Amino acid sequence: MASLKDLRVRITSVQSTKKITSAMKMVAASKLRRAQDAAEQARPYAQRMEAMLGNLAAGAFGQDGAPPLLVGTGKDDSHLVIVMTANRGLCGGFNSSIIRSARGLIKGLMDQGKSVKIYTVGRKGRDNLKREFEDHMVGHFDEFGRTVSSFSEAEHVATAVKSMFDASEFDVCTMIYAHFVSAMVQNVTCQQIIPFPVPEIEDGEGAGSGGGYEYEPSDTEILADLLPRNLAIQLFRALLENGASEQGARMSAMDSATRNAGDMIDKLKMTYNRTRQAKITTELIEIISGAEAV
Amino acid sequence: MADTLQLDLVSPAKLLLSESVGMVVVPGVEGYFGVLPNHMPLVSTLRPGVVTVHDGVTDAARKSFFVDGGFAEVNPESCTLLVDEAVPVEELTADSIAERLAAAEEKRGSAATDEDRSAAEAALAVVAAMAEAMSAAA
Repeated sequence: MASLKDLRVRITSVQSTKKITSAMKMVAASKLRRAQDAAEQARPYAQRMEAMLGNLAAGAFGQDGAPPLLVGTGKDDSHLVIVMTANRGLCGGFNSSIIRSARGLIKGLMDQGKSVKIYTVGRKGRDNLKREFEDHMVGHFDEFGRTVSSFSEAEHVATAVKSMFDASEFDVCTMIYAHFVSAMVQNVTCQQIIPFPVPEIEDGEGAGSGGGYEYEPSDTEILADLLPRNLAIQLFRALLENGASEQGARMSAMDSATRNAGDMIDKLKMTYNRTRQAKITTELIEIISGAEAV
Repeated sequence: MADTLQLDLVSPAKLLLSESVGMVVVPGVEGYFGVLPNHMPLVSTLRPGVVTVHDGVTDAARKSFFVDGGFAEVNPESCTLLVDEAVPVEELTADSIAERLAAAEEKRGSAATDEDRSAAEAALAVVAAMAEAMSAAA
C-alpha cells in the first residue's frame, strides 16, 4: 500500500491539475462567448448571400458561358477537400471527429477512383493527415486568430483555392468543418462550395427566382463578382463556426476533466484518511500490548 | 399596398440594420437610386458611397451609412444590402480617413503586379468616397 507521503504527493498533483483544467475552462468559456457572437453575427450575411446567389444561379444555370465557379468544370474527376481543424488540442473529440470524417470522405473518393487533393486549415488537421496522405496535401493555412477569425484570413484561403481552381487543379471542392450548435453539440459538416450547389427551384412562386430580376450592370458581371465573394464568405463562416465549436468543445472537455479531478481527489483523500487511521490504530495496539506485557 | 419595406444591411461581421423603412437611397454602380416599397426586383452591385434611410419620400434622412461596395437585392417587399464594410457616417473621422489614405497610397507604391495595383486603386477610390461622404455630412 502507498505510504502516507505518496498519497499526499498525489493529492497535491491532482489538485494542481484541477486548477489548470478549471482555469482552461474559464478561458474557453469567455472565448466561446466572443466566438459564438461572431459566428452568429456572420450567419445572416452568409444566408442572404446564399439566397441571392441561389436566385441568380437559377437564372444563369444552363446558359452557355455560365461561370465555372457556378456550374463546375463539367467533370468530377479530381476533388479538393478543405479540412478545418483547430490549431491546438485539449478540446475533447473536436479535432479527431473532424479528422475522422475527413478521412472517411477522402477514402471514399479514392475508392471511386477520383484524385484527391487536401488543403488543411489548422495545425491539428495537417499533423494528423500528413501521416496517411502526405502526397495529397496541396496547401496549409494556420495563421488564423486565436478566438475570432477575421475576414482577411478567409480571403487568403479563398484566393488560394480560387487560383488552384483557375489553374484547373480540381473540379469539385468540399470543406469539412464543425457547425456550432451549442457548447455541448457541434456537428461535423461537409459542404460543397465549388461548384455552387444550386438550390432546387420551388414551383409556385418560382417566377420570382431568376426570372423577374433586373440586373445592374448585367447578370454575368454580377455573378462574376458575387461568386468569388461567396467563396470567401462561406469559408469565413466556416472558420467562425469552427472557432466557436472549438471553444465549446474545449469548455466541455475541460469541465469534465475538472469534475474527474474532483472525484479523484475525493477518492484519494478517503484512502489517505483510512491509511492514517489504520496507522494510528496499529500504533495504539502496539503501545497497549507492550504495556500489558510488562 | 405596403407603405414600408424591410431593409437589411449586413456586412460579413454583423447585421447592422434590419428594420422597416419608407425609403432607402443606395449607391448603385451606375448611380444612386432610391428604393420605395413595391420596387421591381433588381440586383445591383454597389460602389463606395452613402446609404441613406428615410421614413418617407419627403422626410430627411434618418440614418446614413458609408458602405465600401457590395451588392443590393431589391424585392417588392424588401431590400437587402450585402456590403463589405459599413460605418455610420457620423462615426467617420478625418484621422481614420487619413490613416486609410496613407495605407492605400503605400500599397499603390509597393504594388508589384497589375492586380495589386488595381486593388490599391480601388482602395483609394473608397477613401476618396469616404472623405466626400464626411464633408457632405459636416
